[in-house]
Amino acid sequence: MATEFTQQGFDRSRQQRTGDSFESRPHIPTARRNRRNRQPPSLDALALAQGLGWFSIALGTAALIAPGSLSQLTGLDGGRRTVVRGVGIREIAAGAGILTQRNPAPWLWSRVIGDVMDLALLATGLRPGNSGRGRAAASLVTVAGVLTLDALAAAHLTRHAGHPLVSGVAAPTDLYFETSIATTRSPDECYQFWRNIENLPRFMDSVESVQARDEQHFHWIVKGPGGTTMEWDSEITEDRPGAALAWRTLEGAQVPNAGSVIFEADPRGRGTIVRLSMHYSPVGGQLTTGLAKLLHRDPQSQVREDLRRFKQLLETGEIATTRGQPTGRRSIMGRAARRWRLTNSN
Amino acid sequence: MKANVWYGKERLRVEEVPDPQILNPRDAIIRITSTAICGSDLHIYGGYIPGMLAGDIIGHEFMGEVVEVGAEVRKLKVGDRVVNPFPIACGACFFCGQSQHSLCENSNPNAWMAEKMWGHSPAGLFGYSHLLGGYAGGQAQYARIPFADVGPIKVPSGLTDEQVLFLSDVFPTGYMAAEQCQIQRGDTVAVWGCGPVGLFAVKSAQLLGAGRVIAIDRFPERLRKASDWGAEVLDYEQVDVPEALEEMTGGRGPDACIDAVGMEGHSHGAFGAYDRVKQSLMLESDRPPALREALRACRNGGTVSIPGVYGGFIDKVPFGAIVNRALTIKSGQTHVQRYLAPLLALIEQGAIDPSFIVTHSLPLEQAPEGYRMFRDKQDSCIKVVLKPWAEPPTLKSRQPQSPGQGEPQSGGTPHLH
Ligand SMILES: NC(=O)c1ccc[n+]([C@@H]2O[C@H](COP(=O)([O-])OP(=O)(O)OC[C@H]3O[C@@H](n4cnc5c(N)ncnc54)[C@H](O)[C@@H]3O)[C@@H](O)[C@H]2O)c1
Ligand SMILES: [Zn+2]
Ligand SMILES: [Zn+2]
Repeated sequence: MATEFTQQGFDRSRQQRTGDSFESRPHIPTARRNRRNRQPPSLDALALAQGLGWFSIALGTAALIAPGSLSQLTGLDGGRRTVVRGVGIREIAAGAGILTQRNPAPWLWSRVIGDVMDLALLATGLRPGNSGRGRAAASLVTVAGVLTLDALAAAHLTRHAGHPLVSGVAAPTDLYFETSIATTRSPDECYQFWRNIENLPRFMDSVESVQARDEQHFHWIVKGPGGTTMEWDSEITEDRPGAALAWRTLEGAQVPNAGSVIFEADPRGRGTIVRLSMHYSPVGGQLTTGLAKLLHRDPQSQVREDLRRFKQLLETGEIATTRGQPTGRRSIMGRAARRWRLTNSN
Repeated sequence: MKANVWYGKERLRVEEVPDPQILNPRDAIIRITSTAICGSDLHIYGGYIPGMLAGDIIGHEFMGEVVEVGAEVRKLKVGDRVVNPFPIACGACFFCGQSQHSLCENSNPNAWMAEKMWGHSPAGLFGYSHLLGGYAGGQAQYARIPFADVGPIKVPSGLTDEQVLFLSDVFPTGYMAAEQCQIQRGDTVAVWGCGPVGLFAVKSAQLLGAGRVIAIDRFPERLRKASDWGAEVLDYEQVDVPEALEEMTGGRGPDACIDAVGMEGHSHGAFGAYDRVKQSLMLESDRPPALREALRACRNGGTVSIPGVYGGFIDKVPFGAIVNRALTIKSGQTHVQRYLAPLLALIEQGAIDPSFIVTHSLPLEQAPEGYRMFRDKQDSCIKVVLKPWAEPPTLKSRQPQSPGQGEPQSGGTPHLH
């Protein structure tokens, strides 16, 4: 499951980047277009898709169990039972697809096609002499309405396919976040510093080392839970000097992940806004519980700290610390605060 | 080395701790010759500052001699005599770039804590809680100074420690408080609190052209100092302050008001009791009687400048007065670095002698007594200077060495009034 979604998902999000965000139109900041593209879908649309999924299943079940009654109700002749059973199977498949697959958009489109087929079927009920003509007409109107909803939801979710909530990149336990920091340094200085991979372990807290295999490929050794280490290979997927970098892990990575960093010139000429997006499926599931957030130990907070260290190194050449300074005797509380790294101090 | 260590509300111990080390290439270590107790330290002493941990070395007003410098320190040399500003600032970030050093973006290693509390993080400060970096403070024999080329200022040997020590905090703090009032020649400025900060605000307001400075407190020795520095004084236990201010200004109110009291303001009556109860139930973190008065008293369109420290939330603040009467509010931890050179020049010219406020000089060992005395304003205490290398007192002479009736230790130097 995990490998399937990541390979497919990352490919898709990468196409997205190549196709839209990183193309060269220098007068529009890359980041902004990238962000627009990845804007989250409307939650109403996601809820609507859910509703349509359940509706599909209900309708499909009714068609399978009681094809006769359904034919009656919709003004079709009794002789259409087999056709109606077929419709039932199609509906259940579409409903299951919408409800269980990470990207519901294709399944919504399948419903749109199904609706058109149903309209054609119902239209046969309009022929003169059919006793159920009135009911067929009413059903036609209803199906046309459902068709509109299906098409709206499908189109919206397709438009926002770049967002991990829709694209299938994000599994329920996946993490995707963006964080940014403003610095006085120029986009070029920021890019140079980041591109020099020897610098990465200096500000990325969990990274033990990064080695270049070649210009585009790197081997990472990263701290894991409980003193373990994890390793993976990554490749650079986009490299726009002075502007942006994107990378992702290669197949077989222990923790599949992808990220991009964009160095956006501050509109007021005050340096750079560094925008980092990260996406990965963490070991041990999602840690973004309220407690982890409160203790500043959730992954997003940790990455924010990485960015802060990046800024400090660039602007001051060092990372502010108090670790190693003298103190009096710490209480249990004080030692716990240190162990949990709530404070940088010892 | 010896250091003054905080172990909880009203629990301080001077004890042996390891010497500080250079931790970053831009650090320096100084051997501290004089260090003072600040009104802000009283908030820590009283347990009102969040983010303190037992074992923290406190103190943020100090000076001394450079004894070691890191590999990247360029301007400071071993042997330099320096005064150290209490905010820690990198000199290279957006805020340092506009001389707002107490807002430095790169000096608080625990910035996230401050962000949770206040939305964004200010600079790290010496000895002032883990929210503000958890840096070991300067009530000690040595201190580690990050960004040593940005903070400390070299001071000439012709001036005594007591004359230059307060450049580290209270003198610039009083000065910035007055500067923020945007004083026009002849303005009336009212100052709540005649502690060190209030006194320097009184003097600075005059240096900046105020026509009339009105100082408010209840301790006669403090009021006397304020009037020695040219203020008219009000004892808030004798008069109704807002009423008196109205009368003194023809009903209009002072052009600017300075709250040099902060979160432990003293008051009687209903509001006083209300604040004490809420503060002890932790429903309100700070008691703001002086601020409330200042907001009511200030003239329409005037400025209320708040050097007094508040840490969290306050109640019953007449916000309607701010909006409907178009008041300007100014505040902040002092951007000390910005004021070091110009204020040192004022001292050298003899325009002000900061040693005027010193009433007590004690060996570091007696820091706990010093805190108690300063908090309770006993023995006419206004400012305590601690000497980290002075001989500890023998059992017999374990009395605070008060010079009596508020004369400065350094003596001799004439004050300009
Ligand atoms: N903003 C900064 O950077 C900065 C720097 C240093 C000190 N401070 C703050 O300034 C404040 C004063 O410091 P200090 O060293 O002068 O302390 P201090 O304790 O010596 O002075 C406070 C004075 O306020 C008086 N006071 C109390 N309640 C009052 C009231 N209701 N009306 C009028 N006066 C009242 C007290 O009698 C006392 O004299 C503190 O809050 C301190 O934390 C701020
Ligand atoms: Zn202070
Ligand atoms: Zn800075």
